[in-house]
Amino acid sequence: MKLDRTGLSLIVVVVMLLVSGPFLPSWMVSLLNVSMCYGIVVLGMMLLMRTGLVSFGHGLYYCLGAYAAGLIDQVWKMPDMLLMVAGSIVATAVVSAVLGLLLAKYREIFFAMLSLAFSMILYGLLVKSASLGSTDGFNVAAKTVGGVAVEGDTLRVTVFSVTAVILGIAAFLLHGYLASHRGRLAGAIRDNELRVEYMGASVFATVHFNYVVSAVLAGIGGALMAVNIGHIDPEMTYWPQSGEFVFIAILSGTGSVFAPLGGALVFESVRSFAYEYSPNTWQMVLGITMLVVMIFLPGGLWSLFTRGKAKEAAT
Amino acid sequence: MGARVVSQFIAVLVDGVVYASWLFIIAVGLTLIYGVMKILNIAHGSLYALGAFSAVSLSAAWFSQGYAAMGSFAMLALAAVLVGLVFGPLIERGLLQFLYGKDEVVLVLVTYALFLILEDFIKLVWGVDPLFVQGPNGETPYGLLGNFEVAGLTYPNYNLLLLGVAVLTGLVLTWSLNSTRSGKLLLAVIHDREVSAALGINVSRTYFVTFTIGAFLAAVGGALTAPTVSVVTGMGAEVIVMAFAVVVIGGLGSLPGAALGALIVGMVRAAAVHYAPEVELFSIYFVMAAVLIARPKGLFSGAEVRKI
Amino acid sequence: MKRIGGALGAAVVACSLLAMGMPAQAQQKTSVKVGFVTFLSGPAAGPFGVPAKMAAEAIVESLNAGKGPAPYQIKGFGGLPIELVVADEAGGATKQVAEFRTLVQRQEVDMVIGYIGSGDCLAIAPVAEELKKLTVLFDCGTPRVFEEASYKYVFRTRAHATMDAVAATMYLLDNRPAVKRISGINQNYAYGQDSWNDFEASIKAMKPGVEIVTSQMPKFGAGQYGSEVSALLASNSDVIHSSLWGGDLEAFMLQAQPRDLFRKSVLVLVAGEPYLHRLPGKIPDGTIVGARGTNGVFAPDSPHKRWLMEIYKAKAGVDPNYPAFSVAQAFLGVKAAWEKATAKKIGSAIPMGAAKNVKEEMEKAYAPPTQDELIAAFENSTFDSPSGKVKMGLGKGHQAVMGTAYGTTRFENGVVKVGNIKYYDAERVTPPEGISSLDWIKSGFRKSK
Repeated sequence: MKLDRTGLSLIVVVVMLLVSGPFLPSWMVSLLNVSMCYGIVVLGMMLLMRTGLVSFGHGLYYCLGAYAAGLIDQVWKMPDMLLMVAGSIVATAVVSAVLGLLLAKYREIFFAMLSLAFSMILYGLLVKSASLGSTDGFNVAAKTVGGVAVEGDTLRVTVFSVTAVILGIAAFLLHGYLASHRGRLAGAIRDNELRVEYMGASVFATVHFNYVVSAVLAGIGGALMAVNIGHIDPEMTYWPQSGEFVFIAILSGTGSVFAPLGGALVFESVRSFAYEYSPNTWQMVLGITMLVVMIFLPGGLWSLFTRGKAKEAAT
Repeated sequence: MGARVVSQFIAVLVDGVVYASWLFIIAVGLTLIYGVMKILNIAHGSLYALGAFSAVSLSAAWFSQGYAAMGSFAMLALAAVLVGLVFGPLIERGLLQFLYGKDEVVLVLVTYALFLILEDFIKLVWGVDPLFVQGPNGETPYGLLGNFEVAGLTYPNYNLLLLGVAVLTGLVLTWSLNSTRSGKLLLAVIHDREVSAALGINVSRTYFVTFTIGAFLAAVGGALTAPTVSVVTGMGAEVIVMAFAVVVIGGLGSLPGAALGALIVGMVRAAAVHYAPEVELFSIYFVMAAVLIARPKGLFSGAEVRKI
Repeated sequence: MKRIGGALGAAVVACSLLAMGMPAQAQQKTSVKVGFVTFLSGPAAGPFGVPAKMAAEAIVESLNAGKGPAPYQIKGFGGLPIELVVADEAGGATKQVAEFRTLVQRQEVDMVIGYIGSGDCLAIAPVAEELKKLTVLFDCGTPRVFEEASYKYVFRTRAHATMDAVAATMYLLDNRPAVKRISGINQNYAYGQDSWNDFEASIKAMKPGVEIVTSQMPKFGAGQYGSEVSALLASNSDVIHSSLWGGDLEAFMLQAQPRDLFRKSVLVLVAGEPYLHRLPGKIPDGTIVGARGTNGVFAPDSPHKRWLMEIYKAKAGVDPNYPAFSVAQAFLGVKAAWEKATAKKIGSAIPMGAAKNVKEEMEKAYAPPTQDELIAAFENSTFDSPSGKVKMGLGKGHQAVMGTAYGTTRFENGVVKVGNIKYYDAERVTPPEGISSLDWIKSGFRKSK
C-alpha cells in the first residue's frame, strides 16, 4: 500500500490531534471523542453505501461492540482499553459473519429492513436481561491501556489519543482497501451486479466481506464509545441510533475516508449546540439541517470540497 | 380445564383481530404511498399523531359547546380529513415533489427529517401534557357505544368500529384501484412511471393525490386511536416501526399484504400476551425476521425484472 | 482553486473550533448558576419533566425574592441569586453524558440539579465525579446508584424506589389480608421490571402461598393494551399491581375501565399520585395509590408544603404533583447545606483578638462556600422540605432516606380523595447500607448487615 495524499493527510490529522489533545478544553475533547467514535462507525456505513447497501440496523454492531467491551470490564474484570476493542472486533466479526450469510443476498430496502429486525431483536434481548441492567444499562471504565495503568487526567488524554490512533489506523486501512482490486468491486456491484458476476468475481463473497468489515468498524466505534462515555445501554441498538448513522453517512458523502470523519464532527456539533441553545426545539433544528443538506448538497458535505475540483478540471 | 383453554384461545383470536384492525388502519397508508411513490414515509408517524391531536382539539371544541356526545365521532372524522387535506398537500407540494427520482434511502431520510420537525411542531402547538378526547362528564367515544361479551370477557363495541373501518378501508381501496379509471391509471404509474408519463398520464397529479390519501389514512388511524389513549408527544415514534414491520411482512406496497401482515402481527402479539408475556417485546421482530428470511421481499411480492 | 477551496474549508472548521473553545470571561461571582436537567420532550415530559421545570422556576423565583419559608428566608443561596440553565433530558444516557459535559464545561454552571431517568443517573454519576462537579439527582429511583458505587460529588435528595414496593405490600396485606391471586402490568424496561420484581419478592417474603397469576410486561409506550386487559380479566386476580406512569397509565386506565377490570380486581398504583387530578372518574374507588414518598397528597401539613402549593399553583395553575416535591427537596437541600457551610465558616473565623488581617478573614468567611465546603455540609445533613424532614442517611451520607405512605382512593363530588392513609417509617421500608435491595427483601427484611 503506497502512501498517497489521503494517507499522508490522515497521518497529519492524527498527529495534530495527538499534539493538541492535552491543550484542548475538556468539553471539546469529549466532542471530538464522540465524533471520532461516530466517525469510525460511519466509515463502515460508507463502505456499505459504496456497495449500494444501506443498513437501518447497524446499531446492532455498535451496541454489540459496546457490550463486548462492557462485559470484559464487568464480568471478566479486565478493564483494558485495547482488550475491550479487541473483544468487540471478535464479537462483531463472528456475529456479522453469520448474519452476513443471510443478509448478503438482500438488497435495497429489504436489506435495510432485515437489518432493522435483527437490531430490534438484540434490543429486546438486552431489555429482558435484568443482570445487564435492562434499559438502564451499566457503567464501563477502562483502567489500563495495553497493560499500563493510567489514572485521572492522564486517562482522559490517553483515551483520547488511543481513540485518535485507532481511528487513523481504521481510516488508513479502509482507504487502502477501497483502492484495492476488491475494494473497487464495491462500486461495480452497486452499479450492476450481473456484470460483476460475468467478469468472474463473486458478488456474494464481496458483499459478505464488506458487510463484516463495516460491522467490525461499528463494533470498534461502539467499544470506544463505551470507554469514552463510560456508560452503555440498549438504546445503542434502537432504531433512531441506526438512523443517525445513516444520516451522518448521507450528510458526509462517500467521496473519501475523510468525509465520514468531518460529517460526524459537524453532526455532533450541530446537535450539541442545538441542545444548548434551543432545548425545546433541537429536533426541529436537526431536521431542518438534514433537509437543507439533502436538498442543496445531494453529494453530502464532501461535495463542498470536490466541487472546486470539478470546476478546476472544467477550466 | 378444557373450557378455560378454549375460552383463552377465543380471547387470543378476538384480541388479535382487534389489534390487527388497528394496525391495518395505520399501515395501509404507508404501504399505499410506498407502492406508488417508493417512499418509505417515516413522517407517517407524525401524521398519525397530528390526526390524534387534532381529534382532541376538535372534540374538545365540540364538547365545550355542549353538543350531544355522539357527535364527537363526527369530530374524529373531521380531524382526519383536515389533517389529510392540509398536511398531505403541504408536504407533497412543498417538499417531496422536488426530490422525486432521488435514491430511496435519501427519501427515507427526508421523511425522517420531516418527522423530527413535525415532532417539535406538535410540541409547540399542543404542549407536552397528555390530552384526552373526553366530554365534561368523562364520556368518551370509546365508552359511548357499549360493550359486547365473548367467552366471559367484556369488550367495548368501539373495537367493532375499528374492525369495520379497517375492512371498509381495505375494500374501498381495492375496489378503486382495480375497478375505477383513476385506480387503473395509478396501477400503471406503479408499474412503470416513465412509460406512464410518456403515455400522457399526469404522474405528478397521481403522486399528489396518493400522498394526500396516504396522509388522510394516517390521520384516520390517529383520530380513531385518540379516544382510547392519552394523546401524548412521541406517540408517532412508537407506531411507525410497528407499521414498518406490518408492511414489510406483507410485502411493501401490497394492500392484501398489509392486511395479512396486520393479522399475523396482531395474532402473534395476542398469543404472546396470553401464553408467554415475557416474549411479547420482540415477538414482532422475530416474525419480521423470520418472514424476510423465508420470503426475502415479504409475503405478497411480485418478481422483479433484472436489469442487465 | 482546489487549494483555495480546501484551505477555506479548513479555515472555517478551525475558526468554528476556536470560537467554540473560547472560554467564557472570568467574572466575579454575582450569582449561582444551576444547570437543571429534566425531560422537556418525550413521554416523561408531560407527567414529570415539565412539572419539575415549572417547580424549579417557581422555587428559584421565590427563593431569589427571599420569600422562602423559615429557615429559608435568605435570598437565593446564601444571598446570591440563583440562575437556572435548563436542558432537555431526552435522547438517552449517551447523549446526556455529552450534554452534562457541555453544561459543566461550556456553560460553566456551579452545580447540576437534575435527572428523572434512572439510566441517566447511573451514567451521569461517574462523569460528575470525573469533572468534580456537585450534582444533585432529584427524581430518579433506581437503588443501584449508591448500591453499586460511592461518590463524593453526587447526591440524591429523594429516597430510592425499593420502598415503593415494600410499603405497597405492607399496605395491601394490612387492608386486604385475604388476598390470594395477584397479577401485574408493568412497562418492559428497567424501572417497570424492578418495581414488579421487588413487589413479587416482598409478597412472597411477607405472605408465602399467594399465587402470582400473570405478569404482563407491555413495551414502553405501547399505547394499546387490549390483549393485556383480556389476559388480566381472565386471570381472576384479587389484586393488580402496576407501576405504569404517564400516557401509558392513562391509556391503560381508559381501556380497562369500560371492560370492568376493576370491578373484579383491586388496583395498586405505586406511582399513581400524579393522575388523581388528571383522571377524575377514571380511577376506581378503592384503588391503592402511592407517591414515591410522602409527597403530594401524602405530605403532612407544614409551612413548607403550603409554600410550595402556593408558588406552584401561582405558576402552573394546578396543585404540585410529586416531581414538584422532589425538585423542592433538591433545591432546599442544597440551600440548607450552602447556608450551613457559610455559618460554619463565619463561626470558625472569629476575627476577634489581635489578628492583623481582620478584613481579609472576614471577606473569606463571608465568601460563598467552596464546593468542598458545600459537600462537607451536605453530607449526612438533615433538612426540612415540603414532604417533611429529609435525612441524607444512606450512600455514605449522599442518599436521602425518607418514609413513605399509601392510601385508598374515593371519588367524591367530582374529585378523587385519598383516605385511609398509612405512613411507613424509613427504617421499615428501606434496606440498610451495604446490602442490595432485592437481597434485603429476599432475606426477609433483615435489620442489620
